[in-house]
Amino acid sequence: MNKKSRHLQLKPKNPMKTLKRLFSYFRFNRILFISGILFIIISSLAQIGANAMLSPIIDSLVVGFNKGLFIRYLFIMGIFVILIAVGQYVGNLCMVRLAQKTVHRIREEMFAHMEKLPISFFDTHSHGELMSTFTNDVDILNQSLEQGVSQVLLSAITVVGTFIMMIILSPILTLVVVAMLAVMMVTIRYIGQRSAKNFRSQQATLADMNGYIEEIMSGQKVVKVFNYENRAIDDFSKRNEDLRKSSTQAATYGVMLMPVMGNLSFVLYALVSMIGSFLVMKNRLSVGNIATFLQYTRTISRPITMVSNQFNTLFAALAGAERIFNVLDQEIEVDQGDVRLEKDGEGKYYWNLPKEDGGFEKVPLKGHISFEDVSFGYVEGQKVLKGINLYAKPGQKIAFVGSTGAGKTTITNLINRFYEINEGNIYYDGIDIRRINKYDLRSTMSIVLQDVHLFEGTVADNIRYGRLDATDEEVKEAAKLANAHYFIKNLPQVYDTILTGDGGNLSQGERQLLSIARAAVANPTILILDEATSSVDTRTEKLISKGMDKLMEGRTTFVIAHRLSTVRDSNAIMVLEQGEIIERGDHEDLMSLKGRYYALNTGAIELQ
Amino acid sequence: MNKVLLLMKKYKVYAILSPIFMILEVIADIVIPYLMSLIVDVGIANRDIDYILKIGLLMILAALLGMAFGVLSAHCGARAGFGFAAEIRNETFKKVQAFSFANLDKFTVSSLITRLTNDCNTIGQVTMMSLRMAIRAPFMLLFALIMSFTINSSLARVFMVAIPVTAGAITIILYKARPLFLKLQGRVDRVNAIIQENLVGIRVVKSFNRQKHEEERFKERNDSLRDTALKAISLVILLMPILNLIIYSTIMAVLWFGGHQVVLGSLGGGELISFITYITQVMISLMMISMFFMQFLRGSASMQRILEVLNTESEIKEISEPEKELKDGSIIFENVSFLYPGSNEKTLRNISFKIETGETLGIIGSTGSSKSTLVQLIPRLYDVTEGAVYVGGVDVRNFDIKALRDQVAFVLQKNTLFSGTIRENMKWGNENATDEEIIRALKHAQAWEFVSKYEDGLDHRVEQGGENFSGGQKQRLTIARALLKSPKILILDDSTSAVDMATDAKIQEVFKNELSEITTIIIAQRISSIQHADRIIVLHEGKIESLGDHETLLKISPIYREIYESQQKGVIGE
Repeated sequence: MNKKSRHLQLKPKNPMKTLKRLFSYFRFNRILFISGILFIIISSLAQIGANAMLSPIIDSLVVGFNKGLFIRYLFIMGIFVILIAVGQYVGNLCMVRLAQKTVHRIREEMFAHMEKLPISFFDTHSHGELMSTFTNDVDILNQSLEQGVSQVLLSAITVVGTFIMMIILSPILTLVVVAMLAVMMVTIRYIGQRSAKNFRSQQATLADMNGYIEEIMSGQKVVKVFNYENRAIDDFSKRNEDLRKSSTQAATYGVMLMPVMGNLSFVLYALVSMIGSFLVMKNRLSVGNIATFLQYTRTISRPITMVSNQFNTLFAALAGAERIFNVLDQEIEVDQGDVRLEKDGEGKYYWNLPKEDGGFEKVPLKGHISFEDVSFGYVEGQKVLKGINLYAKPGQKIAFVGSTGAGKTTITNLINRFYEINEGNIYYDGIDIRRINKYDLRSTMSIVLQDVHLFEGTVADNIRYGRLDATDEEVKEAAKLANAHYFIKNLPQVYDTILTGDGGNLSQGERQLLSIARAAVANPTILILDEATSSVDTRTEKLISKGMDKLMEGRTTFVIAHRLSTVRDSNAIMVLEQGEIIERGDHEDLMSLKGRYYALNTGAIELQ
Repeated sequence: MNKVLLLMKKYKVYAILSPIFMILEVIADIVIPYLMSLIVDVGIANRDIDYILKIGLLMILAALLGMAFGVLSAHCGARAGFGFAAEIRNETFKKVQAFSFANLDKFTVSSLITRLTNDCNTIGQVTMMSLRMAIRAPFMLLFALIMSFTINSSLARVFMVAIPVTAGAITIILYKARPLFLKLQGRVDRVNAIIQENLVGIRVVKSFNRQKHEEERFKERNDSLRDTALKAISLVILLMPILNLIIYSTIMAVLWFGGHQVVLGSLGGGELISFITYITQVMISLMMISMFFMQFLRGSASMQRILEVLNTESEIKEISEPEKELKDGSIIFENVSFLYPGSNEKTLRNISFKIETGETLGIIGSTGSSKSTLVQLIPRLYDVTEGAVYVGGVDVRNFDIKALRDQVAFVLQKNTLFSGTIRENMKWGNENATDEEIIRALKHAQAWEFVSKYEDGLDHRVEQGGENFSGGQKQRLTIARALLKSPKILILDDSTSAVDMATDAKIQEVFKNELSEITTIIIAQRISSIQHADRIIVLHEGKIESLGDHETLLKISPIYREIYESQQKGVIGE
């Protein structure tokens, strides 16, 4: 679903089911939930009570003065008033705590779940979409839990309670109120529908506008170079005018509700005073009754407006909750591996392989990888890799060369089991990798990607990401190995310099050196370098490659490179085309073959 | 600020009408309880049915009028608010269009996007709300007070206690809540940051087995978000109960003091009832005023950010009677130094060189040697700090900027295509270009070979940023776009890095033979892209290390030789 349509989807598909699941979260805070509701009920009943007291109080003044009764009624009203305030505060406090705790739990569950989701999930869902579920959807859910639930409850009780009191006071006046309320409901519905329609078209023009702004701002320097400013301003003005019109429309309907409802309730006020007065003259009602009734008409119309507003929010919240649960219901990465990595007395790692007879076989960790007829596709029916056979002996360097989309990165993604193969087998030290525990499998590998990703924290924290228990000394060693030490020592706080916004204060080359240091500190058996030096110039690359060479020593290494100079000294080079290995061998072999590799090397063809 | 208020001009009528309608609505709303008191005190007392009917209908009329005024006010408010926002957005966009590269660097793309989108929308909302709430609440308060004092001035004195108490309670709570909410925003940002970080870096997290580690980091942030939120919100939810307490206490006080007057006959029962309605109106108005202040704070933060843009002046200025025509394509750099604004180290130092019309200049050097900075001085994307740049014998600062940039085509290193068709993108270079001209440019840039293969040819879709083309194709399209300007000078900033060597050679060939009258400057990583240039500059740390043709440089420049040798081993592209 793209961003545009997401915003437009305000209605939940299966509200009851979502609601039920949402309520299941309250079980952790049952006491809060029950007492919250209890106090809200107390508060709304007290409000009805306080208004009801107006009638006897005024009558005790107007009809026939009775000081004792007057004081007593006033006192009872006072108690109701205190109950209103206390009930409202405690009730809201409970609901707010409940909401915060629930949302806190949901957020935590979502994050933990996200960490367990397979990579394929992130391929098919945009960051923006997930971010929006995490922020907007959780936010609106929080709002609804904090206010929506208590307001709907409060309103319902107020409406029902007030209604009962009205019938007791005067069935005739109640009839007037019901008739007027019906008119109000119809009006709300009418305005609500208009408003929703206009809101949708406003959202569409807004999305269009935002898209345009994003595109132009991103290419602003091109705009300048081409003197395109005036044409951009013209395009922009047109969209801006559309947006202005649609926003004005949507806002008019949105804001209209308040004066319309407020004044309709005044019409009701007028009718009640008028008809009430006739009834007083016929002695079927007291003046105090009118006062109470008038106060009731004010209290009954407000919750109706409020609830109609709340319902939109509640529905949006349920739709949001549905998306949240949808994320939580995504299947997590499977890990049924029973082969664990263990350390023997001398500190050497071995695979502990359970045998059918219940015993264990110890296989030393070496870093031997082999592919046997491996086929794979991200989407069913579209194979990205077809019948791949290859092996890497411990300590060897294997390179992959080929166009974008030829399947180079996919091969490495299969080794660390970011994706599961469809056909064939991959063996690690002779063990089928599907049998190896994923955590242990990945702990023996390090990966350096073209797009370096750094985390908020210090330089040392970022290097230590490779192995959390690395000492300061080891961190420094790794940095030296990766040739990163020379620039780190020039940073203001050296290793304690805080990196912000994905290391925005470092150059591309420096960021890459850090990620190499990070891989080095992990001390992996297998190293994967995916276009690790593509975004730096040749001179910087030379600097990095020195560190890289040291890093690769004694490790099985898989290299993906655009630049052929980095793959020359590999033990084997695989030229991939459309998911198949079309040439293989070392540099000399492939050059003498005078095939695709040769053509690439001599610059006859372009890699895309 | 005055400049901004001028933008309201177009919607002035609505900005004035909205409050006027609002005041009329308030008057209608205020009159109604008073009319009610007449019904009770006069109508019932005299048992005058006609009077009750008359006053009753008057009340309904007032309510309907109030509704009409309310709706009109809402409409005018929306028009003024969003009209104002649209004007501001337009003005801001225009301003950004006039920004120099230095201004753009300072603001960053993402912050300009937020300013044009979120901030402008917020201003629209807040303006609309302000026009309504900021007028409605004080007038409601004022009229309700006037009515109360008219009915019974001694009883109305309860407000002298109630209003300060309410205002005080609201002020204290909001004052205490504000820093908490600011802190809360910070907590929210921290949680969002880690989510974003994990979404972007999920492969790193997974490959290093750091899920548990990340969950712990998240938990810490999530916990502190919950704690801060609870503190902040627990404070705000005090508002409603306190307000209710005050409203009902005031009602009770009115009953107590008014009760005696009713007994003594100096106050009518109906008047007492209308008094109670006025109390609610006064208190709700106070609440609305406090809400308005919260809105206003939000709006003023956005306005501040917009003003930052509007008050920024491009430092690149035109002289009063600028040159409009480039005589030829010769370029002279005379002792040029350049300092980026805000930086304290010169990026370029004492650059001097000269190229003649139709010559080709190559520039090579490692990242950070300021190759791009140097060429950006030619179309005056930045102004020199010291020295001067002459194009066609005239200082670039004496040109009409538009004319200068029309005749100097620049293919940026970070280039982009825009969503639309290939033809639309090509027309950036020349609005009136014919298909023949476009095809010729595409042929020159060696792009026609793949464009011609599309069934829809020039109508082929270009996705945002040109994502549906490979790096090499994109570069060739951007070169064609620049050629359509029929420039006197063409600058290619690392623009063929993703193009294969054979095609690159063909492009060089075209420049040499068919477009030989154009002065060409080529920045490249690859020696082969520039080795046939008339002159090559080796730039090192902002200075010219050496200058000469390929053969000369191989002899005199160690850096050039080093790059050359490393590439002889078989570099095929970036």
